[in-house]
This record gives sequence, structure tokens and C-alpha cells, in this order.
Amino acid sequence: MEKHYTNSQVKGVSTGTTILAATFDGGVVIGSDSRASIGGEYVSSKTINKVIQVHDRIFCCIAGSLADAQAVTKAAKFHLAFHSVQMETPPLVISAASVLKELCYKNKDELQAGFITAGWDRKKGAQVYVVSLGGMLVRQPITIGGSGSTYIYGYVDAKYKPDMSRDECLQFALNALSLAMGRDNVSGGVANLAVITEEGVEHVVVPGDKLPRFHDE
Amino acid sequence: MALSNILETPAAGFNFDNAARNASLEGRLEGGQTPKPLKTGTTIAGVVFKDGVVLGADTRATSGEVVADKMCAKIHYIAPNIYCCGAGTAADTEKTTDLLASNLAIFSLNSGRNPRVVMAVNILQDMLYRYHGQIGANLILGGADCTGNHLYSVGPYGSVNKVPYLTMGSGDLAALGILEDGFRPDLELEKAKELVRLAIHAGIMSDLGSGNNVDICVITKEGADYIRPYQESEYKDDRKMKYRYRPGTTPVLTEKIVPLKLEVVQETVQQMDTA
Repeated sequence: MEKHYTNSQVKGVSTGTTILAATFDGGVVIGSDSRASIGGEYVSSKTINKVIQVHDRIFCCIAGSLADAQAVTKAAKFHLAFHSVQMETPPLVISAASVLKELCYKNKDELQAGFITAGWDRKKGAQVYVVSLGGMLVRQPITIGGSGSTYIYGYVDAKYKPDMSRDECLQFALNALSLAMGRDNVSGGVANLAVITEEGVEHVVVPGDKLPRFHDE
Repeated sequence: MALSNILETPAAGFNFDNAARNASLEGRLEGGQTPKPLKTGTTIAGVVFKDGVVLGADTRATSGEVVADKMCAKIHYIAPNIYCCGAGTAADTEKTTDLLASNLAIFSLNSGRNPRVVMAVNILQDMLYRYHGQIGANLILGGADCTGNHLYSVGPYGSVNKVPYLTMGSGDLAALGILEDGFRPDLELEKAKELVRLAIHAGIMSDLGSGNNVDICVITKEGADYIRPYQESEYKDDRKMKYRYRPGTTPVLTEKIVPLKLEVVQETVQQMDTA
């Protein structure tokens, strides 16, 4: 792997990414790009899956080292499955986020991965949580993450409204991802989205050439 | 894990002990002179086609600038329906795949089930992640099981990627160009074999660390066909491999015979019991 020069902090394959999650009226949209890179120069995969289902109505977006993120979400899936068998009820979104937070916080010296957890549960409805690198857990109505997120803070701050409809929120998320992928070299590929409501989960995949276009392209 | 691991299973959660130990060992060796591992300098590729998976590899193993092995086997057996190509540190890929094959064999016997490709991937991912990148194994796992035909890549840090076509090793970029151009979903067997052969050939031509022959392994639900070699190197030299010379080839100039006088000092007889 030395031939792929790296000055990035992440060893091995990095997700260098754009991830986001936003709540709308009745559910939540969670999405990401699909590029995995090594060293900021080589795209090692154009179709990596960063939207990971950790339970029936709970999804996670990963950022940082791909190996660390995959290992943590695997452990989280197991913990949540076990927890829901013990409790005899589907887990709460905050439980999923807490499981990730515990893993990130307890192993903060060795891990380099951040997560956005979004989902629906019976107690609090649609929720979005962000677990950052060091293990901080915060709930937010909308959150963006990854290297590409820096390019869309303005767009998100200006355009997000709390009670959008499902279609409005989906379009908003697509626009945001598209703008970020257009400016960030380590984000790209297809836009992977999941719409989670009480009724169920819908996967939306938009290939690169079908993404919304803006005036400079 | 209980069904497949006879050795002590690690405690739940993450265990980075070995990574910490390796890091401290590196510090102890004066000047940080860790021994240099032998790398395979390789081109390996895999393609999912209509009825299964085709894996391909070159056969050169280098030790510095010398070709140490011209007919090295880089496609390792994991299970009757799963094979693994390995690039990176030769010892690491060899041992990791051996360990995986053993564990899957134990699992098969214990559970009475055939192993699935995804299980092999999970075991590999867990093990490589535990070692935090210290095991230099870049692996392409391919196989056909009851859920379909699958191809996965596993990196040394434990990242996993599931894709329809894949290349790894020092010649990966040359081979990837061929696959990106020629890959189609649901290829026929002969087209898929030709595509993989071309990809490995590109790696052999464009990468110094890859060379010699091309090995191919075709895995379908009927079984695995390991063709070694699939294509021999064009630069193979034609050695006669016979080095017997007829008596009289070298002229005899003089002959002197000196008899050796031997004395019998002791004689013992031991009866052999053949009952």
C-alpha cells in the first residue's frame, strides 16, 4: 500500500466522505456518497456502502477509517441484536447511538471513525444523533459529517426547514450531497440514501450522472 | 465463533494488545531495524460471471531484485467452493489463508454445513482488524455458495469491499484498466476467463514485481477448476533438462588405481524378528 502515497491521518482505506441525516415530518432521511480513497489520491472503491443498517429501523453512516468503521458497526449490530432480544422490543435510536458512542469513547486512542445514527422508534419518533471521533454524542434535527460536509454548511443552514415533507427532504438531501461531491475530491460516486419512517425503510440510490446539477457544471 | 475456533476466542469487544506489543517491539530493536518481509509483488484479479467467479494470479515471487520463485501459487484453497488470492507479505497471506481454511473445515465438521463466502470474509476481517494492519495481507476472496456467487476484497487493516470485479497487488492498476474496460455483468465463462487472463497479462507486462505464468481458478456451484498454469510465459526458456553425458565425452588422459587395504575389526550379528 506504500505506493499510494498518503499524508492523511487515516491508515489504510479511508472513507473521506460526505454523510448527512435530516428529520422531516414523520421520518428521517440518511445518506452518503460512495467513494473510498487511499491517501487522498487513489479511489480504491467507487461503490462502497457507507449507510449501514444496524437494526430494522436504525441506520448508521460511517466516516473515517473504513476498517475501524466497519468493525465498530459490526460490533454495534451484534450488541443491538442482543439487546433487543433481551428487552423483547426493538431498540431505541438512542441505544444504537450509545452503543457506538461507548465503543468510540472507550477505544478513542486506537479508533479513527465517526458516525451519524438515524432512525425511528416508538418512544421519540424520528431522531438523528451524531457520534464524533472522540466519542461525543449529540442529538440534532439535522447533521452533516465527513470531509465534504465543510462545503455545504452554508447550503444546509440556509435551506433546511424542520417540518418538510418526505419528497422535499429527499430533494434537499440529494442537493446537499451533490454539492459536496462536486467540490470535495474524496467524495463521489453514487448517492446512497435511506428514508426511514414508522411504516418501513426505503432505499434510494442515485447514480452520479443523475444527481442534481448546478449552474457551474 | 464457537463452532469454528478451537483456539482461545478473544474476549468480546476490541483487543488491540498485539498491535501495542508490535509497536513496542519495533521501538526496542536498535535503530528500528525490523527484518524486511518477503513480498510477493503481485497481480491478482477476480471477476464475477454468470455462473460463478473467476480468480486469476501471476506466479512470480521476488526477493529484492531476484525472482525467488517462478511458479509460486498465489491462489489459495479455503474450502471446496471458496478460493483466495493473496498479495502483500508472502508469509502473511500464506498463514492467514491456511488458518482460515482450517477454521472453516472445523466449522463444516462441527455444524454439518457448507461454509459461506461471507463467513470466510467475516473471520478474515475480524482477525486482520485485531492486528491493526500489522499483518500485510491484501486478499481477494471468491466463491460460490448457496446464496450466490460472491467476490470480496479484504485489506490489511480489516476493511472489506464487495464488488463484481477486483484487482490487487503491485500490478493492480494495470490490471484494473483492463477490467474497467472489459467487464460486463453476466459474462459467459470463456469471456470471463479471457478477461481475467488479459488483466493479469497487463499486470505482468507493466509491473516489474509480477511475471511468469498466469494461474486461473474457476469456481461454480459444481465445484472449482484450478488451472495452473492457464497461460505460460512467452519468455519461457527452452531447457533440455537433461544433463547426462555419454561415457567418453571427456577424454581420459591417465588412469591410476590404488587399492584400499581394509581390516575387519569387529563383526556383530543381530537377528531381525519378522514374526
